[in-house]
Amino acid sequence: MAQPLGRLKESASQTAGPYVHIGLTPNFAEIEGVYEADLGISMVNDKTRGERITVTGQIFDGSGTALKDAMVEIWQADAEGLYNSPAEMRGSADPNFTGWGRSPTNMQDGEFRFETIKPGRVPFRDGRLMAPHITFWIVARGINLGLSTRMYFADEEAANAEDPVLARIEHRVRVPTLLAPRDGNGYRFDIHLQGDKETVFFDI
Amino acid sequence: MSVLSNSKPETGSFFQRDLGWHPPAFAPQYKTSVLRAPQKALISLDNTLSEITGPVFGHNILGEFDNDLIHNFAKPGESAIGPRIIVYGRVLDERGKGVAGALLEFWQANAGGRYRHRKEGYIAPLDPNFGGCGRTITDEEGNYSFRTILPGPYPWPNRVNDWRPSHIHFSIFGHGFAQRLITQMYFEGDPLIWKCPIVDTIPGREAIEGLVAALDMEATLPMDARAYKFDIVLRGRRSTMFENRLEGS
Repeated sequence: MAQPLGRLKESASQTAGPYVHIGLTPNFAEIEGVYEADLGISMVNDKTRGERITVTGQIFDGSGTALKDAMVEIWQADAEGLYNSPAEMRGSADPNFTGWGRSPTNMQDGEFRFETIKPGRVPFRDGRLMAPHITFWIVARGINLGLSTRMYFADEEAANAEDPVLARIEHRVRVPTLLAPRDGNGYRFDIHLQGDKETVFFDI
Repeated sequence: MSVLSNSKPETGSFFQRDLGWHPPAFAPQYKTSVLRAPQKALISLDNTLSEITGPVFGHNILGEFDNDLIHNFAKPGESAIGPRIIVYGRVLDERGKGVAGALLEFWQANAGGRYRHRKEGYIAPLDPNFGGCGRTITDEEGNYSFRTILPGPYPWPNRVNDWRPSHIHFSIFGHGFAQRLITQMYFEGDPLIWKCPIVDTIPGREAIEGLVAALDMEATLPMDARAYKFDIVLRGRRSTMFENRLEGS
C-alpha cells in the first residue's frame, strides 16, 4: 500500500432545470426587487475599449427545435487579449470590460444576445497566438453537465487558419460549426446540440 | 470584480474532469436529455488561458438580504411560510483547499413545491412572501451560509408519476471558467432521492451521496431554524512549479 493521495471528488453536476432563470436572472423571470439588476446582462460601458459587436444566436435540439429555456454564459478577453481575472498574469485588463456575460434564451424564439467587444488574441500554452474567440458555457433543462464550446469569427480567416485549438479538430468538416458569420453589426452563432450539424463541444 | 486577498493567485490547469462520475449527456430515463445530448465525442483540451481564467465577484455586489430567502421577497414585517432552515458549508477544491470568493447562486420552489415562474403550472399555490432566489460569496476559508425554507417535493411531466425530491439548485463560480458548475442539493433521509430520474442520471451512489446535505443539530438554532450542512467540491488545479513556460518568459 502507498500513501493515500487524499483528493476529494468534484461535486456531481445536475441539470439547471427549466426554472434556471429564477436563480440566475430573476428580473428576467419577473421576480423583481430582490436584485437591482441581473448579473452579467451588461459587459461594457461608455469607456470600454475595442470594437463594439453584438453576438446573437439560437440553440437547437436534435429535432431542430430552438431551446427557449437555456442559459448561456460567455467569457472572453478584452480588446488587447487580456482577461479580467486574478489568474491573468500578463497585465491588467481593461477595467471597463467585465469579460463575462450571461443571457437567457428568450421565451419567444429562443434567441440569446450579448453586447460586447471583439476580443484580442490570447496565447496558447506554447506561446503561439490563438485566433480571437469567445468561450461559451450552456446549461438548460435536459443538459446534465454544462456544455463548453468556443465561438470564432468567420472573417478572421488568417488567424483561424493558424489557431492551435481549431487545428486539434480531426474532422475538418466540423470546424465551421465554431465559425460565426458576420451579421450586420455583429456575429451570428447558432449552436446545434445534436445531429448532422452538431456543434463541436470541448472537454475542458 | 476584485482580487480577494494578498495571496498569490493560482494559475495552473485544472484537473481533468471525471466524466464517468458526472452524469452522461444521454440519460433516457430523463426524457428531455434524449434530444439535447451531443452524439459526437467531446474534444479534449488541456486548459489554455481562456479556461484557467474566470470572473471573480466582489462582496460589493451583494445586498443585505441576498442570502435570506425567508425575507428577501417578503413584505415588510412578514416572512415566507414553511420549515425554516439554515444551509451552510464550504466550497473546497479537489485538493481540499477552501475556495475563497466563490459566488454561489441558489434557487428553489416554495414549501408546497411551487416555483415562481411563468411556465410553471403546478396547482400548489405561490407564497406571496417567497421569491425563491438567493446568492452569497464565500469567505477567505471558503465558508458560506444562507437562510431559507425547506422546499417541497414537486411533480413533473416525465413518466406518469415522477416527483422531484426536495432540492435546492446551486450555481457556483470558482476562480477559473473551467470550474463552472451547476448542481442540486438534496436533503438527508428523503425517500424520493432514490426514485428520481434526474438523480439517477448520476452513475454512482457515492457521487449521489455527495449531493445530500446532512441535518446538523449542532448548527441548528433552537426555537428558530434547523441546519443542513452542504459542502461543494470544485475541480482542483495543478501546481505551476514545473509547468511549461511560454517562450521567452
